[in-house]
Amino acid sequence: MTDQPDHADDHVIQAYGLEKRYSIGDSEVRALDAVSVQVRRGEMLAITGPSGSGKSTLMNILGCLDSPDAGTYLLDGDDVAKLSGDRLAAIRNRKIGFVFQNFNLLPRLSALENVELPLLYSAHRDAKTVARKALESVGLGNRLHHETNQLSGGQLQRVAIARAMVTNPAIILADEPTGNLDSHAGGEIMELFHSLNAQGRTIIIVTHDPSVARHCRGEVRISDGKIVATVRHNPVARAGAAEASLNGHGDVEAEVLGSRF
Amino acid sequence: MLLWTTIKLALRSMLANKLRAILTMLGMIIGVAAVVAMMALGNGVRQSILNRISRMGKNTIMIFPHSPTIPPVLNGQPLPLTLGDARSILGIRGVKRVSPVVAQFEPVKWEADFTRCNVIGIAPTWLKIHNFQIQNGRNINDFDVRDLASVAVIGPETASRLFGSMDPLGRKITVGTVRFQVIGVLVAKGRQGWYDPDNQILIPYTTAMTDLFGRTVALNNISIQVDHMADLQRVQIACEHRLRQRHDLIAGDTDDFWISNQIRIIQIANRIGGTITWFLGSVAGIALLVGGIGIMNIMLVTVTERTREIGIRKAIGARQRDILRQFLVEAALISLLGGLIGAGAGVVVSHYVHIPRWHTPGRVEPSMVLLALSISAAIGIFFGYYPARRAARLNPIEALRHE
Repeated sequence: MTDQPDHADDHVIQAYGLEKRYSIGDSEVRALDAVSVQVRRGEMLAITGPSGSGKSTLMNILGCLDSPDAGTYLLDGDDVAKLSGDRLAAIRNRKIGFVFQNFNLLPRLSALENVELPLLYSAHRDAKTVARKALESVGLGNRLHHETNQLSGGQLQRVAIARAMVTNPAIILADEPTGNLDSHAGGEIMELFHSLNAQGRTIIIVTHDPSVARHCRGEVRISDGKIVATVRHNPVARAGAAEASLNGHGDVEAEVLGSRF
Repeated sequence: MLLWTTIKLALRSMLANKLRAILTMLGMIIGVAAVVAMMALGNGVRQSILNRISRMGKNTIMIFPHSPTIPPVLNGQPLPLTLGDARSILGIRGVKRVSPVVAQFEPVKWEADFTRCNVIGIAPTWLKIHNFQIQNGRNINDFDVRDLASVAVIGPETASRLFGSMDPLGRKITVGTVRFQVIGVLVAKGRQGWYDPDNQILIPYTTAMTDLFGRTVALNNISIQVDHMADLQRVQIACEHRLRQRHDLIAGDTDDFWISNQIRIIQIANRIGGTITWFLGSVAGIALLVGGIGIMNIMLVTVTERTREIGIRKAIGARQRDILRQFLVEAALISLLGGLIGAGAGVVVSHYVHIPRWHTPGRVEPSMVLLALSISAAIGIFFGYYPARRAARLNPIEALRHE
């Protein structure tokens, strides 16, 4: 599906045949059924689907919060499908930045302390400086010491994004990042994602909102635990020249295995 | 994550829930205060026993005739202790003072007043051996002993029973059937349980043996004082050796006398005092246990309340041991802080509580405070472990979903 030579090095995510099953009572539910996804470095990809489609499960596995029952998953070249517990925690710390719908910042901590936190878990030496820079880069250089209850929704999500990128992870994984924001603040957050993507960061947004998905260059649609379609969008025009230069470099491959098509 | 960062974090979460932290600490405060106060009390009792023992004289050895309940195993007949035995002890190196002692309960009269008390026949050295002092008048001297003088030194309690507030010096009292002149009054020492050193009459042993008790041979005991505490053991062995010779005991015979030295008495008193201390401390320790359960309870609530926070921390890379440590440190900190406050309270309380009639305030040793603090930290870690492990093992996905 790509017209460019396929270098494995370019793929930050290479997942093949991911499966996840849950048993509810006597019946077994296939939350993920032979899902394969590859994502190139510098991509901005949406994973969409109705609730219960398996997109959250996929996100949990891609985010190393959960392990697949079967399949292989290479994240930034590391095979993480079989890892468990503390090894996954270390991968989450170094290679993944999460952005959640409800921000998930720690109350009673300042913006700066929230952003520092991932660095503290990896015993970073210069956590404060790095965290301050991350906050400045999301436009909150003047809100460093505000606590979470002193910030607006849009600002909270910026803090969360700063926290997600402070460890310079391989991917930023956002779960409905605009779901709790008004359209203005949501628009600002999407712009922030664009500019981060323009700087070369790989961003994956899980959403059910088509307008959010349209901001991304690629979209993977999931239904009943299977990938049912991969879609390419025209990059949003206002992302501008930087976006254009990256266009064609970032790409999506999504194989459809065992689909109903 | 650095330990210091973890501690700061734990302090912060305690500050955020001040009332809860204080209430949880209260269990530890009461527990540690009780342990410290009770151990101090036991220690006070031990010290007071030791004080009383040393008030009865320093570096003393006492030789008694064989116990009537445990008869000696002999080929011949057991011999009583004699003045000759007492005199022979004087030759042993390291012996400072020796006094033969004969004693008996006797009725004592002065005019219409009447009492019964222990009448003790002694040598003049006896007062120094047993650390008695004269508050008024004089001690019995060598001339009194030589001349079988009918003179008596009486205890302050005896004096007040017989004479009330009158000056007893020079007055004639009747002991048994013999009239004695009071020549001195002892300084009060306080009761020693079964034996009241303040209610006794001291007379020359010669007078006692000839005129009063009608026994010319048998001594009740021989009181000995040695120069140095280090000599006690050696002198005791030498006394035993000498008496065995004098009593013609052969190999296989047990001693027909028994020797008690102060070190053994002190050891026994120390052991009893130590047992009391530990017993009281352990009873109070139950309060610590209850405090520990309180900590576990609150930590379980805290973990449930902070499930989401735990999920967030795990999502951004906290390992199980990071979470475990965070909650353990929090539990230990609550416990230790409670322990510190409790130790302070215990020190204060121990000044005010005492066992009735002992009149000895508790004595706190630094080791007790240290012990109480380490126990409280250990309790925090022990009772905090289960909730902390529960937090550490939370599934991050479910924790994140927790409302």
